[in-house]
Amino acid sequence: MRSLQPNLTVNMNNKNRRLDNMNGKGEEKRINRRKFFRTGAQTGLLIGLGGIATLAARKAGSNEYVWQLDPTKCTQCGRCATSCIKTPSAVKCVHVYAMCGYCDLCGGYFLPDTKTLNTGAENQLCPTKAIKRTFIEDPFFEYTIDEEVCIGCGKCVKGCGAFGNGSLQLQVRQDRCDNCNECSIARNCPSDAYSRIPVDQPYLLKGFGQKNLDIK
Amino acid sequence: MKKGIALVVLTILFAWQMVSSYAIQRFPKPEFESGYITPETLLPTPRAEILEVMDVAVLLLALSVVTWAVLKRRSRNLVFWISIFSLAYFGFYREGCVCSIGSIQNVTLAIFAGSYVIPWTVLVFFLSPLVYTLLFGRTFCAGVCPFGAFQDLVSWRPQKIGTRLNAVLGVIPYIYLGLAVLYAATATDFIICRYDPFIGIFRFDALFSMFIFGGILLLCGVFIARPYCRFLCPYGVLLNWISRFSKYHMTITPSICVECRLCEDSCPYESIEKPVTVKNPESRKMVVRKFILIMLLIPFFMLLGGWTGSQIHESLAKVNGKVRMADELLHPEKIQAEPESIEMTAFKASGKSVKELYNEASRILRQFYIGGWILGGFIGLTIGGLLAGRLITRYRTDFEPNRGTCYSCSRCVDYCPIKS
Repeated sequence: MRSLQPNLTVNMNNKNRRLDNMNGKGEEKRINRRKFFRTGAQTGLLIGLGGIATLAARKAGSNEYVWQLDPTKCTQCGRCATSCIKTPSAVKCVHVYAMCGYCDLCGGYFLPDTKTLNTGAENQLCPTKAIKRTFIEDPFFEYTIDEEVCIGCGKCVKGCGAFGNGSLQLQVRQDRCDNCNECSIARNCPSDAYSRIPVDQPYLLKGFGQKNLDIK
Repeated sequence: MKKGIALVVLTILFAWQMVSSYAIQRFPKPEFESGYITPETLLPTPRAEILEVMDVAVLLLALSVVTWAVLKRRSRNLVFWISIFSLAYFGFYREGCVCSIGSIQNVTLAIFAGSYVIPWTVLVFFLSPLVYTLLFGRTFCAGVCPFGAFQDLVSWRPQKIGTRLNAVLGVIPYIYLGLAVLYAATATDFIICRYDPFIGIFRFDALFSMFIFGGILLLCGVFIARPYCRFLCPYGVLLNWISRFSKYHMTITPSICVECRLCEDSCPYESIEKPVTVKNPESRKMVVRKFILIMLLIPFFMLLGGWTGSQIHESLAKVNGKVRMADELLHPEKIQAEPESIEMTAFKASGKSVKELYNEASRILRQFYIGGWILGGFIGLTIGGLLAGRLITRYRTDFEPNRGTCYSCSRCVDYCPIKS
């Protein structure tokens, strides 16, 4: 378009320029060649983009994906607490009540060498005291996680898995997770427990298949 | 006989116990007498999918509006306000994720890695700015990218740093892009996301080192406009090359250039090309010589780069966790960590055999060997191409934006005295 600007500038330059032909025709030819080259490049780029798009689109899903950790692979190394870009981490301990034995001596609540089973701070495994122990009836106690306080270190998960039913499990809390393009916990996870899973089934709980997640 | 029956009963009982202990837990769920009802395990849902669709809609809308503002309205003011909106929406509200820059890696991973499924929204985030750029130039950089908007906001005293330094620093994005693609294609790491300087600021939460990095970039940005965009952004490489062939790129003047030189210093990115009318006419012989030099130079640089890349492929592959693990197992004398590393514990717990790991690691190493050649060749091509670009003199009569590096920010348009 701009090449069709007033002839004045074109002529002015031709005076100085050393072109193949020192007249307007040469300039025109050059412009045509450039135009041809430009159109060619545009078409090439368009085809290239289309190619990349088709290659990627073959693997494109209509679904959105979220990060989740698989408790069966988790080794409770404690990195969920430290590697998340959020402080505190978006990974929390989740209590699957349906699996809980409501034990008095809870492996997830008490330190292994606890003498007296009471809520004293010196007895608790949780470094932030995020687990609440409430008496229900003899000899059963309910344990609830205060997610505001939980840092996702997995100490209780380890204890519960070793001595109890494994009802305490680490999970990425989807309301807290920013769903980064690359999860920095996933990158640091030594057990390869993290994966992207479809957004309509955002939790992977151990002991219960994905399908019967309506554990009441 | 009695003994036999007892044995059968015992066997059945034993088998029953085996089955039941498998089905229920170590401590069976108690039957409460006090009427206690087991509470429900709450599973909060992620961000609604409709909001993801909204992100895409906002992206396309912002792209369209900013393109209109640049090409039709020719208004710097409007571009500025759209960029503020984008900074607020894509930056602080969406916390910089998902972004077009990072989407390069998702697309690469989708093409190369078997199991990865790329969400369609990410694909749109990758493609739409490229398509817009092919048509209208880098309007995405002007007002949609939150990184650009952020840096634009702080560039109060932009200084010129000179074409030479510009060209040298301009190689970094190519290297960054090459590395990002290599690490994404081998499913190792998303380095663009990992070393993203501004995302921590958008979230008010990041590693201290990344805050420092972001802070330094913003501080530099006061004096050197858009340091990330010009000297780091890997997506900018793609946009740069596509924009060179854009169909309707922004122009400084709406009609004719009167060479008033008012726009000359308006561009903080040094992207305005000055008119080059003949100063030193080149003889045909010189032109041919230059051409031959370029044609020899580029393959030489590519081979050199490729060879270097293949030589350092083992170091490049060390970023990969599996390769690192295999290396640790192969050279136990190198490990000083006492007690053993978390990775080692986890590996032993996983039940995977060492041989399996070695096989996997050698497969990844092989990928890095090929990738090293390609990466090196690509960097060689870049350097050769940039050198060749400096050998070529282009003649032009007007002040024109450099289509590659121009962000279509429309500052120069404000300075142009010709308004129609």
